[in-house]
Amino acid sequence: MNQLDFPILSLMMGLPMLAAIVCLFLSAQAARWLALATTLALFVLGVVLWANYDIGGPQWQYVERAELFGNFAWALGIDGISMMLIMLTVFLMPICIGASWEAIQTRVGEYMAAFLFMEVLMIGVFAAQDIFLFYILFEAGLIPMYLIIGIWGGANRIYASYKFFLYTLLGSVVMLIAMLWMVQDAGTSDIPTLLNYDFAPEAQTWLWLAFFASFAVKMPMWPVHTWLPDAHVQAPTAGSVILAGVLLKMGGYGFLRFSLPMFPEASEQFIWLVFGLSMVAVVYTSLVALVQQDMKKLIAYSSVAHMAIVTLGLFAFNRQGIEGAIIVMLSHGLVSGALFLCVGVIYDRLHTREIDRYGGLSINMPKYAILFLLFTMASIGLPGTSGFVGEFLSLIGLYKVNSWVTLVATTGIILGAGYMLYLYRRVAFGELVHEDVKAMPDLSAREMALLAPIAAAVMWMGVYPESFMAPIRGDVGALVARIDRAAPEGDAHLKMGAAKPALKAEAHGEAH
Amino acid sequence: MNLASSLWLVSPELFLSVSGLILLMVSAWSQEKAARLVTILAVAALFGAATLLMVLSHNPDFKGGADAFDGLYRMDAFGSSAKFLIYLAAIISLIVAPRFFLAGGKYRSEYPVLILFATIGMGMMVSASDMMTLYIGLELNSLAAYVLASFIRTDIRSSEAGLKYFVLGALASGMLLFGISLVYGFAGSTSFAVIGETLTGDLSTGPLIGLVLVLSGLAFKISAVPFHMWTPDVYEGAPTPVTAFFASAPKVAAIALTARVIVEAFGGQTSAWQQIIVFVALASIILGAVAAIGQQNIKRLLAYSSINNVGFLLIGLAAGTPAGISAMMFYLAIYVAMTLGSFICVLEMRDRDGKPLESLASLAGLSQTRPGLAAAFAVFMFSLAGIPPLFGFWGKFLVFDAAVAAGMLPLAVIGIAASVIGAFYYIKVVKIIYFDDPAGEIVKTGHKSENILIGLMALFVSPLGYLSIPFIAPITTTAAAALF
Repeated sequence: MNQLDFPILSLMMGLPMLAAIVCLFLSAQAARWLALATTLALFVLGVVLWANYDIGGPQWQYVERAELFGNFAWALGIDGISMMLIMLTVFLMPICIGASWEAIQTRVGEYMAAFLFMEVLMIGVFAAQDIFLFYILFEAGLIPMYLIIGIWGGANRIYASYKFFLYTLLGSVVMLIAMLWMVQDAGTSDIPTLLNYDFAPEAQTWLWLAFFASFAVKMPMWPVHTWLPDAHVQAPTAGSVILAGVLLKMGGYGFLRFSLPMFPEASEQFIWLVFGLSMVAVVYTSLVALVQQDMKKLIAYSSVAHMAIVTLGLFAFNRQGIEGAIIVMLSHGLVSGALFLCVGVIYDRLHTREIDRYGGLSINMPKYAILFLLFTMASIGLPGTSGFVGEFLSLIGLYKVNSWVTLVATTGIILGAGYMLYLYRRVAFGELVHEDVKAMPDLSAREMALLAPIAAAVMWMGVYPESFMAPIRGDVGALVARIDRAAPEGDAHLKMGAAKPALKAEAHGEAH
Repeated sequence: MNLASSLWLVSPELFLSVSGLILLMVSAWSQEKAARLVTILAVAALFGAATLLMVLSHNPDFKGGADAFDGLYRMDAFGSSAKFLIYLAAIISLIVAPRFFLAGGKYRSEYPVLILFATIGMGMMVSASDMMTLYIGLELNSLAAYVLASFIRTDIRSSEAGLKYFVLGALASGMLLFGISLVYGFAGSTSFAVIGETLTGDLSTGPLIGLVLVLSGLAFKISAVPFHMWTPDVYEGAPTPVTAFFASAPKVAAIALTARVIVEAFGGQTSAWQQIIVFVALASIILGAVAAIGQQNIKRLLAYSSINNVGFLLIGLAAGTPAGISAMMFYLAIYVAMTLGSFICVLEMRDRDGKPLESLASLAGLSQTRPGLAAAFAVFMFSLAGIPPLFGFWGKFLVFDAAVAAGMLPLAVIGIAASVIGAFYYIKVVKIIYFDDPAGEIVKTGHKSENILIGLMALFVSPLGYLSIPFIAPITTTAAAALF
C-alpha cells in the first residue's frame, strides 16, 4: 500500500472529522482542548509523513485507493508539493486553535468543529488523486469558511461572508463542467493518469479558461481579488490566518496540479493574460496597500501582490520559476499567517485595527516589536528569511522568459518594502501618544508560543531552504519535463559565445 | 395476455384501491375517532403495496417488464423504482400529518384515504403506456390533490389554495386532453408505442401542436416555468404536510411520466421536444432562483426551490439519453429526501401554543435555541443549493454529466452558472438561522417522530450519502434502460 503499510492520509482526514463531530457536543473548554490535541496529533502525523517520505522515490507516495462511490474513487496520494502544503496546513492549524483560545468566547464547540472540518478538507484537497474527489473537497471548504466569517466575524461580516461564498462558487462551477468533459474525453478521473493525457489543443483553450476562472478567484488574481480584503477584515484572526495561509494556496496548487501539466499548450497561449494580470496586481495592489488605514486590509492587499509573484513564477515554465513559486507559497503561508496573528495580538488588546490608533509599541511591547519586525522583513523578502528565497528564485525564472515583466515585478518588491516598513513605523516606532496603548502588556506566554514556532520556520526556510526544496525537486522536474514542449522562448536570446581560439594558435595556423 | 396475469401486474394499485375503499368505509362510520387508526392502516397498506411491488419486480417472468390490459399499462423497472419513491414520500406525509392537524383543531380520517387515492393515481401515471391510462392516473391524482390542498376548510388560505389549484389544474387538463386528441388524430392510436412508430420524420403542424400541448399539460403538473404560477400560492396555502406531499410524490410521478411520454411516444422526434425541454429547464432554474430571493415565507421559498430543482431534473431529461434518465431518477431520489426533510423542518417551526410559524424571520438564531434542527436545516439548504460535500451535489453532478456527454455544453454551462443565483437564497436561510440574533419564537422541544425522520433524511443527504451510490446507481441504470 505505502511505506507505512497504513492509510495515514485517510487517518489524517478521519481524525479531525471525528473530533469535529465530538466538539459539537462538548463544553467550551473541553472543545478547545480537544481541538488543540487533535491538531497537534495531526502535526505529529504530518512529521511522520515527512520523515518517511522517500525523496527521489516514486512520484506518488502513501497512495491509497478505495472504489467507494461508483463514478469516482476515494483515491489519495501525495507528491512532494502536496506534502509541503499539507505540512503547512498541519503546522498552522494548532496555531489557529491557540489564537482563538481567548478571542472566541461564544459557541466555541461549533467554532472548533468548523476549523477541524476545514482541516479535513484542506488536507483532502492536497491529497486527492481523483479529480471529482478534489472538486468536492475544494468546494466544500466554502461551507465552514462561510460559517466562520458569518458567525464569529466583525461588524460587516454578513456582507463579507456572502461575497466570499458567491464569488468563489461562481468561479468554480464552470470548472466542474470542464472536469466532466475531461473525464469523458480521457475515460478516467484519476489525476496521475490525466496528468499525462494530451487533450486536443483547441479543447485545451476552453478547459484552461474554465479552470482559470476558479483558480484565479481562489488565488486571488487582480481583478477578481475584491472578495479577499473583505473576507480578511471581517474574519476572526484564526480565520484570516487559515484563509491567507492555506486557502489561497489552493489556487496556486490548482495551477500547478491542473492548468500547467494538463493543458501545457493553452498555458503557453495565455501567458500574456497571466503575466498582464499579475503585473497589474503587483503594482496596483501594492499601491493600494500603501494607503490603507486598516492593518488587516493592508496585509490582505499585500497577499494579492505576493500571489501575483507566485503566478508569474509558475508561468515562467522553468525550474527556478516553479520552485520559487512553491517556496513563495509556503513562505507566504507562514509570514502572512504570522502577520495576521500579530494584528490579532494587538487587536485583542485595543479592539481596533486602525493603524493610527497605535504607535510606539516598541517601547512597551519589545518582544512583540521584535517578532513583528522579523515577519515584516520576511514579507519584504530580506535575505535570511523565507521570503527572499522564493521571490529571488521566481524572479530568476521569470527573467529567463521576459525581462520587462521581471522589471515590473521587481518594482513590486520595492513597493512591498515601502508599505510594510511604513506600516511598521506607524505601529511600532514613534512616541507612545495614546494612553490606552501605553497600558498594553507585552506578549503573553500563549502568544509567544504561537509566534515563536512560525519565526523559527521562517528563519529555517530562509537559511537552509534545501530542507523544503529537496522533496519538491523531483516533482518540479517532472512538471518541467511535461510542459517543456510548450515552453515559451525567452526574450533575452542568451547565447553562449563561440570559444575564441587562443591567439597563439591562430598565429601559428596562419603561419602555415 | 389474460386477465389474471394483467391483474397480477397491477396488484400494487389494486391492493391500494381495495384498502382505500375499505378505509373510506371505516372513516365514514367512525368519524374522527378512528383517524389515527386509519392513518396507521394506510401506512400499512402502502407498505403492503411496496412489498407486492418488490415481489413483482423480482419475478423472473417480468424481468424486462410486461404489458397489462393489452398495452394500456406497463410494469417495468422504471415504473417500479418511481413507485417506490412515491410510496416512501406518501408514507412520510402520513406519519407527520396527525400531530400537525391536531394542533390546529381536529384530524379527520379522510386525509389518509385521500393520500391513498392520490398514490394510486400516481402509480397509474408512472406505469401508463397509453394516453388514456395517463389521463386517468393524472386526474385521479389531481382530484385527490385538490381536496387535500383545501383540507383545512376553515382556513381561508387553504381554501384559496385548493380553488386556485383546481381552476388552473382543470385548464392544464384541458390542454393535455386537447393535445392528446390531436396526437391521436394524426397517429391513429393512443398507445405510446404506436404513436412512436407512426410519428416519424418531420412533424407536420398538427401533431407538433399536439406535442406542445401535451408537454404543456405535463409541465403544469411538474410546476415547470412557464406553468409554475400556481405553485407558490398552493404550497403556501395548503397545510404543511400536504405541501410536503405535493413537493415530493406527485413531482416524482409527473416527471417520470413526462420522461416516459417523451422517450416512448416521441422518442423519434428529438429535435421537436428537446428545444422545449431545454427552454423549460433553463427558465425554471433561472426563475426559480431569482423569484425566491425576495420571499419572506419559508413555504413560498421552498416552492420556488422546487421549481428551481425541477429545472435541474429536466436537464437530465433534455439529454434524452439513458444516462440522462438515470441521472434524473437519482436526482429525484435525493430531491425527495431533501424536500421532505426541509418540509418536516418547517413542521417543527411552531410557537409555544403549537401554532405553525412560516416566516423566515421566525427562524432567526435557531442555531442557538435548537442546534440540531438548525444543523439539519442548514444541511438541507446547502444540499438543495448543490454545494458539495452534501449529497444534493451528486444529483446535479449526474445531470450535468449526462448533458455534457450528450454534447449539450451550453445548456450545462448556463444551468450551472444559474445555480449560483440559487445559492444566494439558500445561504440566506442559513444566514438567518446561524448569524442572526435569536428571535426565540420557535418552541424548544421537538416532536420525536419528526426528529427521527429529519435525522434520517439529513443523514442521507450528508456526505455519508455518497456511500449509497454503488447501491442506488444500478437501480437507476436499470430503470432508465427499461425505457429505451
